[in-house]
Amino acid sequence: MVDFGGWDMPVQYTGIIEEHKAVRGGVGLFDVSHMGEIEIRGPEALALVNFIATNDAGKLKHGQAQYSALLYGHGGFVDDILVHRVADNEFFLCVNAGNQEKDYEHIRAANRFQAEVVFASERFAQLAIQGPKALATLQKLTPVDLSSIRYYWFADGAVCGAPARIAHTGYTGESGFEIYIPPESAADIWEAVMKAGAEFGIKPCGLGARNTLRLEAAMTLYGHEIDASISPLEAGLDWIVKFDKGDFEGRAELLKQKERGVSRKLAGFEMAGRGIAREGYPVLIDGAPAGWVTSGSPSPTLNRNIGMCYLPADRANAGQAIQIVIRNQPVDALVVETPFYKRAK
Amino acid sequence: MYPDNFRYTKEHEWVLVEGDAGTIGITDHAQEELGDIVYVDLPKVGAPIEAGKVFGSVESVKAVSDIYSPVSGEVTEINQSLADAPETLNTDPHGAGWLVKVRLAEAGQAQPLMSAADYQDYVGAEK
Repeated sequence: MVDFGGWDMPVQYTGIIEEHKAVRGGVGLFDVSHMGEIEIRGPEALALVNFIATNDAGKLKHGQAQYSALLYGHGGFVDDILVHRVADNEFFLCVNAGNQEKDYEHIRAANRFQAEVVFASERFAQLAIQGPKALATLQKLTPVDLSSIRYYWFADGAVCGAPARIAHTGYTGESGFEIYIPPESAADIWEAVMKAGAEFGIKPCGLGARNTLRLEAAMTLYGHEIDASISPLEAGLDWIVKFDKGDFEGRAELLKQKERGVSRKLAGFEMAGRGIAREGYPVLIDGAPAGWVTSGSPSPTLNRNIGMCYLPADRANAGQAIQIVIRNQPVDALVVETPFYKRAK
Repeated sequence: MYPDNFRYTKEHEWVLVEGDAGTIGITDHAQEELGDIVYVDLPKVGAPIEAGKVFGSVESVKAVSDIYSPVSGEVTEINQSLADAPETLNTDPHGAGWLVKVRLAEAGQAQPLMSAADYQDYVGAEK
């Protein structure tokens, strides 16, 4: 068990590689109840969401979700979030565990709209059922037709008779569902999902597999690829920044960055030499300091050692030779296209 | 679980002393804590190692950990098979997963280390 944002969480249940492969090949179950939830509602709920988050929540239909970012005025991340549109005037935000109080205060401080901001984390536990057999597993426990929920959409219904928000989202690079449920029902639903997934070899999965899965999918993790010193344009998240939707926090600074170009960019790499890159290791180009590793791990799916790093923007393209300094030894690596892993559709 | 003829360190290494030869590895508790081991970094044959000092590292999917030497001496052999099969450290840490053999600088230096019973108590208390 490790302390993770004040939660005691297992790094692994049976082994990271075994858990990782269960998600890629069958189904895995994650307890992600540590994630935070914030509700925004009122006549100007949309105006508030669009002011504090970079993506355009006005594009969302009822029952649709999007990835977005909370930024400081200087363009760095407060957090990366999921925005769900529950109704015209009601939004449901899923935020990172370690950032939830900060996010809540940040949103409240920006709230000059007719909107109410509600800290809702204690009302929701969250389970993630992920993998090609996630749908078949969860379908046994809910009357909601899961095949009708498209990717990045959600439905309010019931799981095991308990009220549940069922979202077709995830952080693994596989298809799957994230369900928001009452904390008092969570233990029973966990047991029921494990039983329902038994025929598919379901495994309970810890933080370790969650990290290797998201890294193969090249999904960013707050505190690693993104933080207050990094902008979405540097992190390759241009696609969640909608300049034409009107003003939002950080817009002016991001516009400047866009016009003059960013100096550094996030890149994926594969080790060519022996060794595993880890967070914080220096990156060299032709022997000179060029950047730093944000995440690195063996990839259980690809059987290669992969990672992400920041590099000068003009050197961050696939094919660039770099060296990772592993315990004082430079080891060859190569910038590659991301994601490292993409599921077959 | 923990062989009686080994001595154990607080950093979770073991040493088996036979005459002036020592065999060093990591304990079952260590491999359990590390998880899936994917890479082992060992010194070269002939390298001196010193009790209480780092002489190599093992790396699991989640992290890299230093290995501390239980004894002082000179490396006479390294376990070559670990380069291709590091998972042996998970499956047989007290046997086929040994790391290095050393010629001891002096006899008796493993005696102050923990016995199997003491080590069992030590990891029991740590949990």
